[in-house]
Amino acid sequence: MSVPTKIPAAAATAWLHLEQLGLQAGSTCIIDAATLTLAAQRTVVLGPNGAGKSSLLRLIHGLLRPTGGQLIWPQQLTQAMVFQRPVMLRTTALENVIYGLRLQGHNAPECRQRAAAALDKVGLSAIAQRPARLLSGGEQQRVALARAWAREPALLILDEPTASLDPASAREVERIITEIANAGTRLLMTTHNLGQARRIAEEIVFIDHGRIVEQSAADLFFTLPQSNAAQCFLKEETP
Amino acid sequence: MPEFSESLLAAWYLLTDANARLIDVVLLSLRVSLTAAMIACLIGMPIGALLAVGRFPGRRALIVLFNGLMGLPPVVVGLLVYLLLSRAGPLGSFGLLFSPAAMVIAQAVLVTPIVAALTRQTIADSWLEFREQLRSLGASRTRAAATLLWDGRFSLSTAALAGFGRAIAEVGAVMIVGGNIDGVTRVMTTTIALETSKGDLPLALGLGLILITVVLAVNAAAYLLRQWAERRWG
Repeated sequence: MSVPTKIPAAAATAWLHLEQLGLQAGSTCIIDAATLTLAAQRTVVLGPNGAGKSSLLRLIHGLLRPTGGQLIWPQQLTQAMVFQRPVMLRTTALENVIYGLRLQGHNAPECRQRAAAALDKVGLSAIAQRPARLLSGGEQQRVALARAWAREPALLILDEPTASLDPASAREVERIITEIANAGTRLLMTTHNLGQARRIAEEIVFIDHGRIVEQSAADLFFTLPQSNAAQCFLKEETP
Repeated sequence: MPEFSESLLAAWYLLTDANARLIDVVLLSLRVSLTAAMIACLIGMPIGALLAVGRFPGRRALIVLFNGLMGLPPVVVGLLVYLLLSRAGPLGSFGLLFSPAAMVIAQAVLVTPIVAALTRQTIADSWLEFREQLRSLGASRTRAAATLLWDGRFSLSTAALAGFGRAIAEVGAVMIVGGNIDGVTRVMTTTIALETSKGDLPLALGLGLILITVVLAVNAAAYLLRQWAERRWG
């Protein structure tokens, strides 16, 4: 791989720049002029409830339109997003994954084959033909991950993917997320589980009251948080 | 009330007798109203879904309009369709007036807003749930509307049912555009109205019983279908 020597390493691998990105709802400021360069392969956004984590992810995914500033993508990245609560159509698990692929414009046999492969990767081949809405919360979240993964995104955005799951399901979902990242997909996620953040993140972005307070390498963040807000947050959240 | 019980008894004999004239009337009623309800679903459901999901100028006005049209008076619809289909009217050349086809048209006009408004309500609820997921997957609004129509296929049976119930129960529209011609355009409701005014209460009452039974049976079937669907698909 040849990297032009003049450009700093961080800039060379950056996949997203936020410039003064803002989101305002009425008189409430949800995201306040966020300026940020994302380059790490696995980024975890941390922050207290209501800090604007989910809104930031939705702005990046394009579900929300910024009211100020801009997003600069150095290259086009295909994205997929997995939400805290999986939303399943009233059909089989397999058809739910196929639906996501069909919207990408693949032909029917290819959809079927890729969907089956994705369900296999999340360990749900055995229940591919079961009605998706009757699966457990953990299984539904795995179907949602399969639906996202099957689309082979370059960037996978996850909003609290394990927040409403029991510990065993959460571990399984985390294992799948790690596997997706190991296969080369960039991760951008939020979580309330600091252990999970520590295991997954290369880089932490800490936000509070809609402001980007800190961005640092994960091991540094957990041992030596720079900002007061992050120090308080870690103290409160660590059992 | 001896008259009531006598009429009831006579009505029962008519029914068990399987009176040919009666059966024709019942079958025509079912044919006209089922066809009208089906047409109303084909037109009203996509309209309702697009009103729920779409973003276009005039959407709010259309929502209010369709909600308001749910209360269309059948006689007025009958009158408008009559004017359209009469000899001198714009569609007069088809010669449809006083035929079952005219009755189907009138009832479809009457029922489409009902189906559209109820569909919009159902789809708007599921749009809240699916909105982010479908947009994340890159579904256009039209595609999302189609997806939610398919996803809500069982709960939408309520909208279809409300349409059918309204169609089979109304008198005004079919009376005007059908003309209540014996053996041609005479349906249950118009027969009831006519026989009551003639004083033939047993026949009127017998038809009334059938009408109620049909409506109850269709409702029960739809209820069972929804129950089954809920267990099957969640």
